[in-house]
Amino acid sequence: MIMIFGKPAPLLFGQLLLGIINGSFYAMLSMGLAIIFGLLKIINFAHGAMFMVGAFVTWGLLNYLNINFWWALILSPLIVGALGYVLERTVIRRIYKLDILYGLLLTFGLAQLLEGVFTNYFGSSGVSYDTPDSLSGVMNLGFMYLPVYRGFVVFAAIIICFAVWFAIEKTRLGALLRAATENPALVQSFGVNVPRLIALTFAGGVALAALAGVLAAPLYSVNPDMGTELINTVFAVVVIGGMGSIGGAILTGFALGIIEGFTDVFYPPGSAVVVFVVMAAVLIARPAGLFGKTA
Amino acid sequence: MFGFSRAQLIGFVVMVVLIIIAPFLFYPIVVMQVMCYALFAMGANLLMGSVGLLSLGQAAYFGLGGYVCGYLVQSAGLTPELGICAGGLAGAALGVVFGWLVIRRQTIYFAMITLALAQIVYFFAVQDVNFTGGENGIQGIPRGAVFGLFSLQHDLAMYVVVAVVFIAGFLLVHRVIHSPFGQVVKAIRENEPRAISLGYNADRYKWIIFILAALLAGVAGATKAMVMGIETLSDVGATASGLVVLMVLLGGIGTIFGPIIGALIVVAMQFYLSQFGAWVVVIQGAIFMACVLVFRRGVIGELAHRLKTAL
Repeated sequence: MIMIFGKPAPLLFGQLLLGIINGSFYAMLSMGLAIIFGLLKIINFAHGAMFMVGAFVTWGLLNYLNINFWWALILSPLIVGALGYVLERTVIRRIYKLDILYGLLLTFGLAQLLEGVFTNYFGSSGVSYDTPDSLSGVMNLGFMYLPVYRGFVVFAAIIICFAVWFAIEKTRLGALLRAATENPALVQSFGVNVPRLIALTFAGGVALAALAGVLAAPLYSVNPDMGTELINTVFAVVVIGGMGSIGGAILTGFALGIIEGFTDVFYPPGSAVVVFVVMAAVLIARPAGLFGKTA
Repeated sequence: MFGFSRAQLIGFVVMVVLIIIAPFLFYPIVVMQVMCYALFAMGANLLMGSVGLLSLGQAAYFGLGGYVCGYLVQSAGLTPELGICAGGLAGAALGVVFGWLVIRRQTIYFAMITLALAQIVYFFAVQDVNFTGGENGIQGIPRGAVFGLFSLQHDLAMYVVVAVVFIAGFLLVHRVIHSPFGQVVKAIRENEPRAISLGYNADRYKWIIFILAALLAGVAGATKAMVMGIETLSDVGATASGLVVLMVLLGGIGTIFGPIIGALIVVAMQFYLSQFGAWVVVIQGAIFMACVLVFRRGVIGELAHRLKTAL
């Protein structure tokens, strides 16, 4: 058997894959957070809850309406996005003029509310969602065995991240979004409906969380706490990457997933805290984060 | 002597009277819990109210205080008052380290970093089974006897200790806010660049407040561990951190009696709503949102606004 750093190669590759998969979710979630923060100046604490709702909607579509995974990939983000749109229009809109911390508190309450409701209906152990037939099975890559679904998740995450990055950095809509981030009043004076743009941005951000939730459904147990478990790490990713750029969020997300995976090989108990340790180190060296402009 | 205004003095006397008669009217354990949480919330309120920093990781100090106290009392046979002191010191020591890391950060960065740091503490609490007992927690912490003389087996004896700790904590916080030090802190909150230009080291002042908040959280956690005889992961988790913010918000940010009323409401809510099971979380979430949307002054803040005085 081939050994690398005194560890069997298949183990290392397996952990690398696991790291990339976790990193995919970190990247998708922190990207949504960064987009919402850019325009709304709100840290969406309910982002993890939206991810969880996305996964539950996927499960519900299959079990109540017999709608399969592929349709859920489109429907679930649309449903959660619509929920986000309504929330922005009715609730979140009211706090823009207040101190920035109130947004955090409001979405924190929202997250508790959503998680509580799902715990009541589905219990804290949650439900399970089977991998779609067309993506089940294992591929032999020569140096390791790759479950097809896991490969699909990584592939999908990279496509999604690239698409969002492209949409924001290279299209007219993205330019509008970036302009509104810089100076909302000026953009409004050019005849752009900024309030609607803000609502749609929030909807888009949470739809991204829901899309990640759909991808997560067959991989993890679908339970009310799944978002909270992930979101704490995602916040650390956001802090490490800095609030500056979408690209930064993506790169940091993948990088930290991989670091976490490798830590699990060499020092298993450390894998749960390594992200936070990296965060502390980055903060000492670069207070604004790796890609951030100002703290 | 403590810089009380007339209204505050009346409030204080009413509070002391209520503390004296409360154990005869209500279940003493619940009242003691309220006082422990109130102490915890007063620390958080120092940060939120005096320097305008929202920490989402206060449970780290609260839980550490409880674990250190519980462990030392159970395994090393410390007397309760030493256990509570040790818990407070442990909280403050952690506050020194974490405070040094986060104090230069502002607003949301500060909130997220405190949250993440608390997460590290939580993971250690889960992992270090020898110290914390992992999922089971530290169980059967003996109440012992204060100074080795007065047994705390009876709830009323324990009640006296908790009441003394609570009132001492309350007076300490009040004294700090109304001291020259407190005035500088206030100046920093109102206009930081200006305070700096006047020669004050703003970060150091904020750091001291941060450590004080951690100290109070540690003492509160230790006292609660002594009262309940158990210390578990729920005291060090994110939920406890959220709960203490809710208490401050409900009572009124920056008021001196607010955290106490907030703690009272939250503990009472958990006690009376426990029959509804997991719906408590939903109700808490809804109250959180309602507070932010329509009731930002909180109970005491609203009262003070109506009476046109500071409470």
